[in-house]
Amino acid sequence: MEKILLRNIENPRSADIKEYIKNGGYKDLLLALKMQPGEIIEEVKRSGLRGRGGSGFPTGLKWEVALRDPKSPKYLICNADEGEPGTFKDRLIMEKNPHLLIEGMIIAGYAIKAEYGYIYLRGEYPYVKKILSRTIKEAYDKGYLGEDIMGRGVKFHIKLYQGAGAYICGEETALIESIEGKRGQPRIKPPFPASTGVWGMPSVVNNVETLSNIPYIIEIGATAYLKIGTPECPGPKLYCVSGHVKRPGVYELPMGTTLREIIYTHAGGVRDGKRLKAVIPGGISTPILPPQNIDCTMDFVNMPRYGSALGSGAIIVMDETVCLLKVCERALRFFAHESCGKCTPCRIGTKRMLETIQRILRGAERDEDIESLLELGSVMDAASFCPLGQTAPNLVISTINHFREEFESHIKEGRCPS
Amino acid sequence: MAGLAKVFGSGAMTNSIMEIENNDLLFVIGSNTTEAHPIIGLWMKKAVRKGAKLIVADPRKINLVKFSHLWLRQKPGTDVALLNGIAHVILKEGLEDKDFIHKWTEGFEEWKRSVEEYSPERVEGITGVPKDDIIKAARLYGTAEKAGIYYTMGITQHSHGTDNVFSIANLALLTGNLGKESAGVNPLRGQNNVQGSTDMGCISDSYPGYQKVMIPSVREKFEEEWGASLSDRPGLSTVEMTEAALEGRLKALYVMGENPVLSDPHMAHTVESLKSLELLVVQDIFLTETTELAHVVLPAASFAEKNGTFTNTERRVQRVRKAVNPPGDAREDLWIISAISERIGYTMGYDHPEEIFREIGRIWPALAGMDYRRLEPNGLQWPCPTKDHPGTPYLFRGGFPRGNGIFTSVEYKPSGETPDKEYPFLLTTGRILFRYHTGTMSARSKALQSVAPEAHVEINNEDAVKLGIKEGQKVKVKSRRGTISLKAKVTERSPKGVLFIPIHFNHASANTLTNDLLDPHSKTPEFKVCAVRIEV
Amino acid sequence: MVKLRIDGIDIEALEGMAILEAARLKGIDIPALCYHPKLSPYGGCRLCIVEIKGMPRPVTACTTTVSEGMEVRTTSPYIERLRKTNLDLLLSDHPYDCMVCQKAGECDLQDLAYQYGIREPRFKGERRIYTKRDGNPFIERDMEKCILCGKCVRICDEVQGVSAIDFAYRGLKTKVCPPFERDLDCEFCGQCVMVCPTGSLVGKNWIGKGRARNVGEVNTTCPYCGVGCSLTLHIKDNKIIRVSSKEDSVVNEGMLCAKGRFGYDFVASPDRLKTPLIKRNGRFEPVSWDEALDYISKRLKEIKEKYGPDAIGGLSSARCTNEENYLFQKFMRAAVGTNNIDHCARH
Repeated sequence: MEKILLRNIENPRSADIKEYIKNGGYKDLLLALKMQPGEIIEEVKRSGLRGRGGSGFPTGLKWEVALRDPKSPKYLICNADEGEPGTFKDRLIMEKNPHLLIEGMIIAGYAIKAEYGYIYLRGEYPYVKKILSRTIKEAYDKGYLGEDIMGRGVKFHIKLYQGAGAYICGEETALIESIEGKRGQPRIKPPFPASTGVWGMPSVVNNVETLSNIPYIIEIGATAYLKIGTPECPGPKLYCVSGHVKRPGVYELPMGTTLREIIYTHAGGVRDGKRLKAVIPGGISTPILPPQNIDCTMDFVNMPRYGSALGSGAIIVMDETVCLLKVCERALRFFAHESCGKCTPCRIGTKRMLETIQRILRGAERDEDIESLLELGSVMDAASFCPLGQTAPNLVISTINHFREEFESHIKEGRCPS
Repeated sequence: MAGLAKVFGSGAMTNSIMEIENNDLLFVIGSNTTEAHPIIGLWMKKAVRKGAKLIVADPRKINLVKFSHLWLRQKPGTDVALLNGIAHVILKEGLEDKDFIHKWTEGFEEWKRSVEEYSPERVEGITGVPKDDIIKAARLYGTAEKAGIYYTMGITQHSHGTDNVFSIANLALLTGNLGKESAGVNPLRGQNNVQGSTDMGCISDSYPGYQKVMIPSVREKFEEEWGASLSDRPGLSTVEMTEAALEGRLKALYVMGENPVLSDPHMAHTVESLKSLELLVVQDIFLTETTELAHVVLPAASFAEKNGTFTNTERRVQRVRKAVNPPGDAREDLWIISAISERIGYTMGYDHPEEIFREIGRIWPALAGMDYRRLEPNGLQWPCPTKDHPGTPYLFRGGFPRGNGIFTSVEYKPSGETPDKEYPFLLTTGRILFRYHTGTMSARSKALQSVAPEAHVEINNEDAVKLGIKEGQKVKVKSRRGTISLKAKVTERSPKGVLFIPIHFNHASANTLTNDLLDPHSKTPEFKVCAVRIEV
Repeated sequence: MVKLRIDGIDIEALEGMAILEAARLKGIDIPALCYHPKLSPYGGCRLCIVEIKGMPRPVTACTTTVSEGMEVRTTSPYIERLRKTNLDLLLSDHPYDCMVCQKAGECDLQDLAYQYGIREPRFKGERRIYTKRDGNPFIERDMEKCILCGKCVRICDEVQGVSAIDFAYRGLKTKVCPPFERDLDCEFCGQCVMVCPTGSLVGKNWIGKGRARNVGEVNTTCPYCGVGCSLTLHIKDNKIIRVSSKEDSVVNEGMLCAKGRFGYDFVASPDRLKTPLIKRNGRFEPVSWDEALDYISKRLKEIKEKYGPDAIGGLSSARCTNEENYLFQKFMRAAVGTNNIDHCARH
């Protein structure tokens, strides 16, 4: 497949605006500015593009809601708070192809009639901030941002806003609270940001990767775009492969590539000749898969059929040496640390789950521990305020489902089988 | 209240507290509401949250300013000019309610001529409020559907306090903001039962229910009800009594639950006057600066130790209930008054406060429909003339008691004493949140005492720098009438050239300094403006 | 109006109303700790979860608004199990000291633990321990008992407009505190105390004076400013041990200021006058009522005889009742015979 999102990134100066323009950059913007906002949204809707942050919501629909909302000003927010453990794809775009993102944002802003955009950048990416600051400045200097873009009478400004290192701020409403200078806690939905977002105004929150798809859709048109990937989930996808593979990294492949192909064909398979034990396919908030399930196609529609989710496309590969309880323990430490504290199930549930697993690992387990974990998991899933708490138990629950004997041998024999 | 009574024929808050949240516009002038009436302050904040616009006119940057859309920082004592200026702009821009003026008011044309002189430019010169803000205020007030004005002592405690009230009433008449819900003129009463004590005729010229003592038919009615012949001579007001005692015309004073030494202006004068009495009887729950001068002190019951009613600032008569027994030999005021009365030959013969309440209803129709049972659970607002009357949340629906509302022409007059070379600062006084009045109650609450233990004088940062005064430094404040020493609080709350001292503290009583010049109509002293100097 | 069905009961509710409020119209009680009618919805405690036909997961009744034709189930074995575990989690991070807690007997958390029969939590683990005490003179803030419902934070911000407190930290360490965890320094209105569902916020001067049992309540009117807030005096052994206000009072809806809520100790002050005093040789001497009254009436009669009734004046008080004020002016006018009567309303 020709590279779209990662085009030209082997070029060491790929982030430079001159290189970007030389490779055809900002041509799509001019094309877009010659269209009506409604036409762009129609094209994006037809392209079937879904949000790459993890939820897979149809991007065009979100834009349409914001555009039709009578309130203004409207805002475009780029969610660059890439916090899901195992995910490092947005970083690559922002490091190597940042003008693609900016171009996508300007087109999106024009389409929803927003004159202001924010990039909410992950707190742990200070070096990316430097790159983006330069990128934004270059775009202003060349007249792609500002009061009169490319002489077309269109206005769009981008403000770079850096988070302070909270996973919860990747949740769109917590992100908006953070931009408003408040504590990063999710808001009640509805109303959704597309109608009532930052400063109470219609706001579209899109992931970096999602926005980076936009110029290409404009360039080749929805019909051509639909030929990439699967009919239900078209387009290219960045898969982040980490763990016990020979060639970890970011792979741009058509949406719907099988997990097996990604691991064995692209990432070179399990390293050191070890046996594959399990895969977390979409970041640590998605359920774990046993080896027999890796023929699943990695997209938003098919993954649930295999008992997991595409999530952010962060594939964590584990070989036979891995103790899955330790994996669960590490994940829960993360969630307990990152819980915003607003709702009971997440605030206390993550902590109690963590304590239970630590107890099992210490050998101070009790017979009812597995049942306790399942009960906590079901309450957190059903009753937590936001996706953080709802998905935090996924890994533990799915590990119990697929690898119950590993838990049992920890409890009964006091040792790890791996 | 004298001013409002003259304009409308009745002097009280025209609206209810619960109507505040539905105001479209609140104009708060001379009222530090969040500190003096904290709960009314809450309703104002709620109104703002619900979308109302708030104009605050106050020389000090009071807390409410934070919630306001427009802050007019007038020089103390220049309210008439400010209000006339706003009226001037309303007229000039044609924002007046012509229909209302035609239907319900009199004296409009004459009054209209009287505000012609008050152009925003001139008013800016007098008040220090930028002319654009005066115009903004006029537009906000003039275009609001339901505008309420709220004021307290910052308006009334001036030698021209009644003029201030007239100018406020003029604005409301001009825009038809009367006789409807959430729109009116609302003096907020400072103490729990100021409204009630005035209603009950504890004013020299009126029997209960504002019935004038000088009208023979009224007097006859009361003579019949009380079975006694009543005086046809006008009585003396508080400050006049002080004068009369000094001149030897007043020999005995019976004080029930008051502390005039601290609460009256020009303290040295008050003390001298009380000392000259042949008999001073003071009935209170604590020893106070006034009991010190008394010949006899009588121990009374506190609010928690007796039954009765209070009438709040919105004319709501509410029950007071006995919860505990008074300490030692302390007695309820009712018992004490009846006992003295009996001994000087006039037997009262009540067994229970409700008998008195029923008697009040007989002679004042506004309370005729109330009884203790009907006051459950939330009281009733007068007028409530019959047993099936629901009470009156807002006044003047369909007309004023005196027929039409009157426009009253008032000219700006400077305060009685303004800063000069010798006394270059203007002193104003007021309340703070954690204290109440003369402190007999609040100072005995340990917690309240600990957060506001002593008096302070607020001075503007720039003045403080000029005079070399630091935060917390002990300073002397002097007026032509006395000197007090207290700590300085350096702040931007008070404007340049203005000092502020809370009224509550006996160790540094603001009323040692204040001017006892009276408003000629209401007999209210000019607590809010006098000239002082400050020394390190 | 919106028509919906809750637990098989047809209900008509106002548009925009929360399911929880609609249910309460018909007396259907859904457990909730972070809901308060005066405050914006929060959805933090997660106890008011209900099932809605056609929705994949339970929703909170306090944050979900009614819609036409909605079918709601507020209780089912599934929902009750979720609630119980959720409550269990709250209790697992709460001190078990009901026996000494000021709030026992009127604590929402205790009531729910009773209702769900939770004697000790199933999910034990680390609990927040805070040893620092807040030095402010009015409000005891025991953050170990806090369940983070956020009602105090919201009422301080949304109603009082002060924003003296907010959440700090995150996860299990989340805590409500003033900036930089300094001692509380605010208007001390105690609105936060009013809405606190647990013993986390109580008046400092209530502690140890008596709990809900054997305490009488007397409704009365505040003796401070002219607003006339409704007060409820809590009485034990002829002493006021606490002041609160009913949330259905029309003037103040349960809200008070620092003076109204905490400034009642003057009533029981040792400085109270307990006996009549007559000044002899420059000093006050305690006397009997008879002696005092005889003295006063004798002197009044003498002065009236010698100088006429207008040589006598009376100052009444805005702090006394209507009945007392009425009687006082009647005394001056009918018994003494003068109109020299005034009070401080002029000031």
